[in-house]
Amino acid sequence: MRIRYDRDRCVGSGACAFTLPEIFDQDEDDGRVLVLIERPGAEHRKAIEDVAASCPVWALSVEDE
Amino acid sequence: MTAEVTTAPVEAPAFPLSRSRCPLSPPPEYARLREEQSASLVTLRVSGKRVWIVTRHDQVRQVLGSPDMSSNWKLPGYPLQVPLPPEVLESLELPLVAMDPPDHTVRRRALIPELTAKRMQALRPRIQEVTDQHIDAMLAKGGPVDLIRELAVPVPSLVFCELIGVGPENVDFFRHYAEQMVNRDITPEEFGAAQYEMEMHLQGLVTAKTEQPGDDVLSRVIAKNNETGELAHNDLVALARMLLFGGFDTTANIIGLGTVALLQNPTQLAEVTADPSLMPKAVEELFRYLSISDSATARVATKDIEIDGQLIRAGEGIIALNGSANRDDRFFADPDRLDIHRDAKGHLAFGHGNHQCPGANLVRVELDVVFTTLFSRIPTLRLAAPIEELEFKHDQLIYGLYSLPVTW
Repeated sequence: MRIRYDRDRCVGSGACAFTLPEIFDQDEDDGRVLVLIERPGAEHRKAIEDVAASCPVWALSVEDE
Repeated sequence: MTAEVTTAPVEAPAFPLSRSRCPLSPPPEYARLREEQSASLVTLRVSGKRVWIVTRHDQVRQVLGSPDMSSNWKLPGYPLQVPLPPEVLESLELPLVAMDPPDHTVRRRALIPELTAKRMQALRPRIQEVTDQHIDAMLAKGGPVDLIRELAVPVPSLVFCELIGVGPENVDFFRHYAEQMVNRDITPEEFGAAQYEMEMHLQGLVTAKTEQPGDDVLSRVIAKNNETGELAHNDLVALARMLLFGGFDTTANIIGLGTVALLQNPTQLAEVTADPSLMPKAVEELFRYLSISDSATARVATKDIEIDGQLIRAGEGIIALNGSANRDDRFFADPDRLDIHRDAKGHLAFGHGNHQCPGANLVRVELDVVFTTLFSRIPTLRLAAPIEELEFKHDQLIYGLYSLPVTW
């Protein structure tokens, strides 16, 4: 699986980076999302999908490869 | 196109509706409205203006996520809920919360790097220290004390002052302003005077931070802006004003209400006290359950849009009630029950879309520390007055408690 993210949509709410700091971070320059691990293990899937669902601008999604 | 809105329901009750029957819950009428009407008209008590409200979770998200909805306070249809005098509004440099893209995007990106999850987590030791100092003082004084005055206000206020780099002597002045800005009952003259006084103060502050930068959010935003040149002096003043307005009193309100909610649910409180790793989830549930800024998420339509079959015309105002959305049983099971184990993510207490509260992660850390410390250090904490006698901020734009007598 792979994390898809859209930095154009991102408004830097940081909900992802707060909840899963081992996977998401924020750019020091503009606060927008940085994905530290683009292809995390399947055991993280549920947590990432939950975070994606709480993103205020739907900037995150998970896709199968 | 005709001039009449033929589909509109005739009844337009006064807004805000009362939450006095059950002070920890949104107005009970919301439940009926969620079932019966897609959108309803209300009459704003502050202005007599008729605006729409929507109450369901998906509708609130639709409104707050729509590019056809504007946050601009200066558009005639915008549902202002405080008595902002027209001449003050006219000359006001709009805060971030009242801007649309692309102006909003540039300013938000100037601020957000200072409020990242990582930076907010880094404040944890200092928040712990400030919290412990205030609980020491409470214990030394002995109960009963007013928890709002002794803990809920000073802790976030001091953290906030340090964040923007001003001394603790500013706390009372800032607090008074923050309260006036959400007061539906002050006169337009009082509102204008409070606004003017703060404007002068912040003008001076931005100048001082430009000339003598410190190690704080405001100084860093200004220093970075000196390189990019994106924002003018007045933009920076508006940004400082927005931080003050959004970040000052909100946390205090939720500390007060959250304490009452946890004390009302002793079994859940015992669980989270025994295992503080449950606290972040409990805090998220408290945001959902308490929804202190229920009606602050307002917009004006810039194009005709349809919400569940109801036509909202361009130029009409709409309040997307996040507190109602957070009690929508289409989205949350058994929504009127406080349940610290539920997955409350997806609540809209911080809004939704590109205006979602940029300070949310600061509040998350503050509440985690404050509640964990308060209930572990004072395990016998209890209310020192019946809940019916507590003074709730029934008429304010941001809900909370004026005072909260507790003892142990």
